[in-house]
Amino acid sequence: MYQYTEDDKRIVRERVHQFRDQVARRINGRLAEEHFRPLRLMNGLYLQRYAYMLRVAIPYGLLSSTQLRKLAYIARRYDRGYGHFTTRQNIQYNWPRLREVPDVLSDLADVEMHSIQTSGNCIRNISSDHFAGATADEIEDPRPWCEILRQWSTFHPEFAYLPRKFKIAVSGATTDRAAVPLHDIGLKLVRNDAGEVGFQVFVGGGMGRTPLIAPVIREFLPKEDVLTYCEAILRVYNLYGNRKNKFKARIKILVKSLGVEEMTRRVEGEWEKIRGTGLKLTQEEIDRVSGHFTPPAWDDSAATRDNAVQLAAENEAFGRWYRRNTHAHKVDGYRIVTISLKAADTPPGDATDEQMDLIADLADEFSFGRIRVTHEQNLVLAHVEGGRLFALWQQLDAAKLATPNVGTLTDMICCPGLDFCDLANAGSIGVAQAITEHFDDIDYLYDLGELKLKMSGCINACGHHHAGHIGILGINKAGEEYYQIMLGGSAADDASLGKWLGPAIEKSAVTGAIEKLLDTYVAERDEGERFLDTYRRIGPKPFKAAVYA
Amino acid sequence: MRVIRDRNIVSDPVTHLADDDAIPTEGAISVTLARFREELASLSTRSAKTGIRLDGDDNVREAADLIKAADFVAMEFPRYADGRCYSQARILRDQMGYTGELRAVGDVLRDQVFYLRRCGFDTLEIREDQRIEDALAALNDFTVTYQPAADVDQPLFRRS
Repeated sequence: MYQYTEDDKRIVRERVHQFRDQVARRINGRLAEEHFRPLRLMNGLYLQRYAYMLRVAIPYGLLSSTQLRKLAYIARRYDRGYGHFTTRQNIQYNWPRLREVPDVLSDLADVEMHSIQTSGNCIRNISSDHFAGATADEIEDPRPWCEILRQWSTFHPEFAYLPRKFKIAVSGATTDRAAVPLHDIGLKLVRNDAGEVGFQVFVGGGMGRTPLIAPVIREFLPKEDVLTYCEAILRVYNLYGNRKNKFKARIKILVKSLGVEEMTRRVEGEWEKIRGTGLKLTQEEIDRVSGHFTPPAWDDSAATRDNAVQLAAENEAFGRWYRRNTHAHKVDGYRIVTISLKAADTPPGDATDEQMDLIADLADEFSFGRIRVTHEQNLVLAHVEGGRLFALWQQLDAAKLATPNVGTLTDMICCPGLDFCDLANAGSIGVAQAITEHFDDIDYLYDLGELKLKMSGCINACGHHHAGHIGILGINKAGEEYYQIMLGGSAADDASLGKWLGPAIEKSAVTGAIEKLLDTYVAERDEGERFLDTYRRIGPKPFKAAVYA
Repeated sequence: MRVIRDRNIVSDPVTHLADDDAIPTEGAISVTLARFREELASLSTRSAKTGIRLDGDDNVREAADLIKAADFVAMEFPRYADGRCYSQARILRDQMGYTGELRAVGDVLRDQVFYLRRCGFDTLEIREDQRIEDALAALNDFTVTYQPAADVDQPLFRRS
């Protein structure tokens, strides 16, 4: 993975110093909250319902074991012993004290981490495919491009005060695991007719209040032009994006109001003026950064020791985990392991300091010391020998990290909701736990197959409810928590936005409503059909009739 | 009025006139783009420094001829969070080749100056309730930058 140069280290150190000064000015009263707010937000520090919340960047979701141990240490030393992995591959701490936040940032800088631009109206952490570099369907590893974009976007002087936040995702595989068209800019590595690799460029996707799937504004962008092209997009957005109404300020609204053609014309026009500038990438720089992402030293003889299939047949519990929580690797004899952070008694995405320490140790022992964070709020060990899966599973299982539910109903995405968030209308975590407790029959979950349940505690859609096969949105009706259900969303290659099923229901009715949806699916499904496929085939009527009977 | 020019604090008062203010014969002033266009003939007879003032709504490229006739360019930040003039400034410097004075006025705070300077603002009118010495110090918050901008024309990866 990428190792900081002296320059990279200095930039992060100088940021810690700058923020320490800002915090000191805030504490001694020279800086009013009104002016501190945008500064703390650019360091990922929110003032939440009960306390400050610090969001730490995990660039493109990649961590070393050393970094994960530091995250565990921070949870223990400065927080209440846990952290929350988010849908943007970051980690959030819910209880840091303001005066200690500069120390947290300093500790992070020791392991080449930071919280720069994890909030605010600027370019946020670049997200990517959590299976990058490990699957057979990959055209090229997206992570060097994420790192190149990370450096370009870090303290970009022109784009620190955009109309609204700005999220970029990069994917390098034919299967989209990064929800590319649901980002402000989505970059997908593709091969053109001449066999060259470049980027397909999506602009103007997103969730939130106005969910939109991004259109493609350029089918093929040569790789060396990626920074100049992104700079052109950002400049058009910075100049023309809506600054009067924050709910219409994302680039998706600009693309929608100008139309794709006019947006493309403006971007290309700006790009023509800057495409030949020094910002154009050099092969030397591409090679330098790519050199940090060379494949690990896979063992050629791993396949000969791979007994996982056999053990999976002999041991029922291991077999369940093997089938649900591991994924094909591009090298024979290896598997990709997903560590489920969706155990029955913990909020989705939460991990304790002890679990993080353990996972760091397991990464060293089993997967070349690297961990990935997924946008579905799980962790991944990407390169595990098949012959060692059983030993890994035993250790994960003992730490409640082997719930065999990846891709099923209870592997749900969920935002922090009313328990923490200042924006939330609803206690989404409580609803998630009620659902997990109710649907605890693992065989039933397997029978239901792939099912993406995504839940947000408010309209801002941090829980991606628009992109869930089943989406749930918490709302506030006259002081009471109510929940709206939507069906038919997807963040995968068949990306689509869900549609509302009907009126909001009471909190206590949510689990029952989901049960009715699932019963309808089971009754109506054709052989091998997922919930989403059945919904798309038969439409909302039978589901609606069941829930609102 | 003290301003930051390059890396120094200097006295350089400018009166930023509203469109219905009378034009004084003496003293440095700035007027809006619209007024500068309308009153170009009379403004050009002034001996004192006379600048053109743009804001985020103006299109800097379309103002190219007027900018040539002005003694300096001011860009106005109605709110610090309105970042449009950062892009205007870069277009003015990088693409239009403007080398004269570019002045940031309005809601200009200590914590924006590093970015403003990188985008080509050489003169910074710090908002009155802010300590200008603190703002000057903030120009040194970072000693390394990744991007090319108005201050360095090459990205870090092309610098040796």
